[in-house]
Amino acid sequence: MNADKINFLKRRRTLAWLTGLLVTPNASSQVTGQPSSVTSSLRHPVTPFAPVVPGYRLQFPQDEGSHPEFRLEWWYVTGWLEDAGRPLGFQVTFFRARPDLKHDNPSAFAPRQIMIAHAALSDPAHGKLLHAQRAARAGFELAGAEQGRTRVWVDDWLIEQLGRYYRARLSARDFQLDLAFVPTQPPLLQGENGLSRKGPAQESASYYYSLPQLKVSGMLARDGKQRQVAGSAWLDHEWSSQYMEQDAVGWDWVGINLDDGSALMAFRMRDRQGGSYWAGGALRRADGIARVFAPDEIRFTPRRTWRSPRTGADYPVSWTVKAGDLEIAIEPLFDDQEHDTRRSTGTIYWEGAARAFVEGKPAGRGYLELTGYWRRPNL
Amino acid sequence: MTAVAHVLVAGAFRENAGRTLLAIIAIALGVALGVAVHLVNSSAVNEFGIAARHLAGEADLVVRGPRAGFDEALYPRIARLPQVTAINPSVEAEVPRYGHKESLKIIGMDLMRAADVQPALLPERTGLTLESFDADAILLSPAAARWLGVKAGDNLTLQVGTRPVALKVIGLLPEGSYRQRIGVMDVASAQWRLARLGRLDRMDLKLKSGVDVESFRRELQTMLPPGVHATTPDTEARRGASLSRAYRLNLEMLALIALFTGAFLVFSSQVLALLRRRTQLALMRVLGVTRRHLAAWLAAEGAAIGVLGAALGVGLGYELARYAVTFVGADLGAGYFRSVEIGLTADPRTLAFFFLLGVLFAVLGATAPALEAAYRPPARALRAGDEEEGPGKPGTAYWGLAAAGAGALLARLPAIDGLPLAGYAAIGLILLGTVLLMPRLAAFSLACVPVPRAGVAAIGIAQIKATPRQTAIGIAAIVISFSLMVSMLIMVSSFRVSLEAWLGRMLPADLYLRAARSGETGFLTPEVQARIAATPGVGRVEFLRGQNLLLGPERPPVILLARPVTAGTADKVLPLNAPPLVPRPNEPPPVWVSEVAADLYGMRPGDKVRLPIGDRPLLYTVAGVWRDYARQGGAIAIDRELYIGITGDRLANDAAVWLASGVGPADVASALREHVGADESIEIATTREVRAASLALFDRTFAITYVIEFAAVLIGLFGVSVSFGAQALARRREFGVLRHVGMTRREVGAMLGSEGALTAGLGVAFGLAVGWMVSLILVDVVNRQSFHWSMEVHPPWPALAGLAALIVAAAALTAMWSGRAAMDDDVVRAVREDW
Repeated sequence: MNADKINFLKRRRTLAWLTGLLVTPNASSQVTGQPSSVTSSLRHPVTPFAPVVPGYRLQFPQDEGSHPEFRLEWWYVTGWLEDAGRPLGFQVTFFRARPDLKHDNPSAFAPRQIMIAHAALSDPAHGKLLHAQRAARAGFELAGAEQGRTRVWVDDWLIEQLGRYYRARLSARDFQLDLAFVPTQPPLLQGENGLSRKGPAQESASYYYSLPQLKVSGMLARDGKQRQVAGSAWLDHEWSSQYMEQDAVGWDWVGINLDDGSALMAFRMRDRQGGSYWAGGALRRADGIARVFAPDEIRFTPRRTWRSPRTGADYPVSWTVKAGDLEIAIEPLFDDQEHDTRRSTGTIYWEGAARAFVEGKPAGRGYLELTGYWRRPNL
Repeated sequence: MTAVAHVLVAGAFRENAGRTLLAIIAIALGVALGVAVHLVNSSAVNEFGIAARHLAGEADLVVRGPRAGFDEALYPRIARLPQVTAINPSVEAEVPRYGHKESLKIIGMDLMRAADVQPALLPERTGLTLESFDADAILLSPAAARWLGVKAGDNLTLQVGTRPVALKVIGLLPEGSYRQRIGVMDVASAQWRLARLGRLDRMDLKLKSGVDVESFRRELQTMLPPGVHATTPDTEARRGASLSRAYRLNLEMLALIALFTGAFLVFSSQVLALLRRRTQLALMRVLGVTRRHLAAWLAAEGAAIGVLGAALGVGLGYELARYAVTFVGADLGAGYFRSVEIGLTADPRTLAFFFLLGVLFAVLGATAPALEAAYRPPARALRAGDEEEGPGKPGTAYWGLAAAGAGALLARLPAIDGLPLAGYAAIGLILLGTVLLMPRLAAFSLACVPVPRAGVAAIGIAQIKATPRQTAIGIAAIVISFSLMVSMLIMVSSFRVSLEAWLGRMLPADLYLRAARSGETGFLTPEVQARIAATPGVGRVEFLRGQNLLLGPERPPVILLARPVTAGTADKVLPLNAPPLVPRPNEPPPVWVSEVAADLYGMRPGDKVRLPIGDRPLLYTVAGVWRDYARQGGAIAIDRELYIGITGDRLANDAAVWLASGVGPADVASALREHVGADESIEIATTREVRAASLALFDRTFAITYVIEFAAVLIGLFGVSVSFGAQALARRREFGVLRHVGMTRREVGAMLGSEGALTAGLGVAFGLAVGWMVSLILVDVVNRQSFHWSMEVHPPWPALAGLAALIVAAAALTAMWSGRAAMDDDVVRAVREDW
C-alpha cells in the first residue's frame, strides 16, 4: 500500500538496537530472526501511548514538532553534498523514544523520553562510513524534542527549524557538520494524507510526511579543515505508537531526489524465504502530483552483490526498482557503506548514498538502506 | 689461611647452633611481620586506589559533594561548559541491606551517559535494556553478587530510612570490569528509591582534548557551591587511603621495632659468642689472619644469619599476609577498608627491600662486636679472664647521651607531612642511647647493689658486680624488649581507659536507637521520631543527625553531628577540652569541633569559620574543642534546632533515650519496637551494649598491635635466654672451679639464678623507665600527630608488675637451666681449658 510501513519498521528496528530501550531482552531476539511473539503488551505503561487514528489532518508547522504522547518519533535527514566537486553522502537522524516505564518516577532524571542522534558521512575517498552517535534522556535542557516546531537536540547536536529553513549541527570525532536545509517543495504527505498504514492490521499505522528536494548549504569540517558545501537532501518525520507483527527478516528501501524535481520513495520487506512480504512507495512529480503505490506495484530486483570483507555479509548494493511504470536503476556511491553499530546497537546494516539511473542516464540521487543481511552470530 | 678461618667459623656455628638458630628466627620474625604488614597495607591501599580510579572510569575530573549531595541543577550548568565533552551525574551511597548488618555501595548513574565516561560499569553483552531503567532494577558487580549470595533475577532488599526497599538484580557487570562490591542503578531510580530526589553526589567529567585539566579544575571550583569539590581521579584514589595512612605507618613501624629487637638479639648473641671465642680469634690473628679479614669473616657470620632469617621471613611474611587478608580482613581489623576485596599484590621490590633490611640489621648487629674483636690485640685476648674487658669504649656513653638527648629534642618536632616521623626517630634514638649508655649505667647501678654476707647468692651477685660490661649486654637486651613492651602497654591502656571515660561521657542515656548499623541511607523520619518520643516508658529522647561536610578535596569528609547542644552547657554533652565559649549576641552561632577537625583545619576556640552546612555557607563561632575517638576524619557538632533551621533537614540517624523512672530498659526496648512498627528496621541497644561494642571494636583495631607486640616480646625473651645461655657456656671453667671447691650443682644453679634475677631486675627497672619515656612519646607525639586525639596516661600497673615479675623469673630460670646444661660437660676438662 505505501512505503511508510517499511520505513517505519526499518527505523524502529534500528532504533530498537540503538540502545535496546524499546525492547525487552526477549524481544531483542526478534531482530536475530528468531521467531517470537513478544509485543508491547509485555509491559504496561504508566500513561497509555496515543494511538494513530484515521481522519487526523497534519498541521504545519505544528506537527513538525515533537509528539511526546506517542511511543516513537524520528527526524531523518539524508542527502548528497558537493565538497570541492566531489560527491559525499550524509545522514543525520534524531530519534525520540518514549519507553513504557513501569513506574511513574518523580525524579527529574526519569527517562520519560529518550533522545538518540545518529550521523554518518559517506566519502568515496575514505572508502567506508564515518559515523557517530549520541544518546541521552530528555531533560535538564540538555536533550529533548520541542513541541510546535522542529527542534531536537542531544547536547550540542541539533536539528532546528528556523522559520522557513532547517538547521542541522553536530560535531563528531571525525567530522563536524553545520548545514542549512531550505525546502523547495511543500511537505509530501505519505500514505493516506499522512496516515501511513503499517500492515494488514488497521491499528498498525504511523503519521508520516517527507520533505524531499531540500536545498543544502553549509559547512563541513574534517581533519581540522572547514569547507563550504552544498547539495540536496530529504527529511522524513514520522511518529507512531504501534508495534507490528514480526514476519519480515529485513527490508530494502530507497528515497531519491530525481533531477527533474520529482521524488521517489520505494521499499520492500523480505520474508524468511527472501521474497517480498510487503512493498510500497510514492512518487511525486515536480508539478506536485503525487502517486501512492500499492504493494504489487513495487518490485525490487537485485543486480549486483557486494560482500563485506569485515562481516562476510552479502549486500545487494545495486538494484532495479520498479514503481508503477517507472523503472529505475540504483547504484551505490561506493560499495562499502556498511554500518557496523554492534558496539552500541548490536547490529550491522547497510545505509548509504546511491545514484539513480533511468534508461542508463543519470536521473537522481538519494539514499539506499539494506537491513537484515547480516546475521548476528549465535553465541 | 682462609681455610683455617673457615673451619673455625663453621665450628663456631656448629657449636652455637641453638643460639644461631634463635638469632635466625628472630630476624625471620621481624622480617615476616614487616613483609606481612606492608603487603596487606599496600595491597589494600592499592586496591582502594584502583577501585576509585575504576569508578571514575575515563573521567578527567570528579565533582563530589558531601553526604547531603548537591542540587541537581548544578548538573546542566557544568554539562554545558564548552570544555566538558562528556559528563555522568550520579547518586552515590552506602546502603544498608535490610535486616542485615552490612551495607552495599551503590552508584546511581545516568546509564546512557555512562558509555562515554564509565563504560566498565555497564553490562557488556546484553547491552542496556528497558529493564535497566526500572525503578527497582539494580546491576551488581560480580564481587557484590558473590558477597550478597545473589544472582541475576534475585531480589535484594535494602534499607532506606527505616523501611525496606525491594530491588531486583537484573544482571551482573562483566567479570573483571570492577573488582569491588558495587551496585549500579540508573540515576533516576537511585534518586527515587534511595530518597535522594533532586540531589546528586558526584559527577564524572571528561574534558575535550587539549583542555588543561588542572587549570580547568581551578576554574570549575569557583563555579561549585561551597562544600562541593572538583578533584582528579588520582586525588580521589589517594583520599580514600589518606585516612588510614598514619595507622598503616604505625603498624609498619611496629613491625620494624620487632625487626630491631631481632637485630639486637643478633648483636647480643654475637657479642657473647665472640667473647666465648675470643681466644680462638686471637689464635687466628696469631696465625696470620689480618684484622680486616677477621672482621669481614665475623660480619659475614652476621650476614649469613641475616640471609637465612630474612629469606625465611619473606616467605613467612607472605603466608602471614595471605592468612591475614583471608581471615582478618584487608584493614587488619581496623575498619578502614571494610568493603574492599583485595588480591595480594607482592611487589618484588618490596620483598627485596625487606629481605635486605633483615640482612642489614643482622650485619649491623654482628659488625660492631666483630670489629671490636678483630681489633683487640691478640696477646691480651689470648689471656684467660680477658672477657670482662669486653666491648664498649669509654666514648660510647657520650654517644649514648647524645643520642638520647637528640631523641628528646626530636620528640618536640611537629608532624612531617601529617606523619609522626620525628616521634619515631625520637623513640629509635632513645633506645639506641639506652643501649650505648647501658655499660656505664650497669656499672653504676651494680656498684650500688649491696652484696649479701654469705650464701651462694652472694657469690653470684659478687660475680655480676665484678663483670658490669658483660652484665650490661644482658641488661640491655632486657631493657630494649621490656621498654617496648612497657611503652605499648602504657599507650594501649591509656587509650582504652581514656576511651572508656569518653564513652561514659558520650553515652549518658539509657538506651540508644538507630536506623541502621552501617551505610548512609538509614534514617528516622519525623513520624518515626514522634512515635519513639510517644512510646510509654520513654522519659526523654534526644535525636541526632549525622551528615558530612567536604572541607578539603584531599581530605576525607568531616562528620557533622546535629544534636541538642546549648552553648552555655556544651560541656555537659560534649567532652570539651576547656570550658565552653558562649558567643555574644552579635557573633555567629556556635559549633564545637573535635580535636581531629581542630588539628586538620586549624580551628581554635573563638575562631569564626565558614562552613558549607545547607546550601548556603554561613559563619560559625568555634565555641570549643572536644575529644572524639570515633570519627577519624574529624567531627563538628552543632545544635540540632539550628541545623534544622538552616537546612530544613528534620531526619535523624540516632536517638538517645532516657527511661522514665520505674521502667526497665528491656521493657522499653520492646515497647519501642512495637511502637515504631514491625516493618521498620531499627536497632536498639542499651548503653552497656553500645559500650561493649565500642570497646570490642577498639580491641579488634588493636588486635594486630597486640600480635606484633607479642612477637617483639618473644624476640626479647629469646634475647634474654641467649645471653644467659652464652654466659653460662662462657663460664664453664668457672663452674668447674666452683665445683672443685665443693659447691653442689644445686648451689651453682642457685648462684646463677640469683645472677639472672639481678640482671633481669636491673633490666626491668631500666626498661620501665625507658618504656615510660617512650610511652609518653607514643601518647603525646606519635598518637597525637597520627590520629589527632589526646588521652591521659594510664599505666596498667598490675600488668606491668606481673610482666616484670615474669621476666625476672624467666631470666633466673633460664640462667639456672643454661648453667645446668653447661655443667653437664666434664667440668674437669673445662678447668683444663684454661691453658
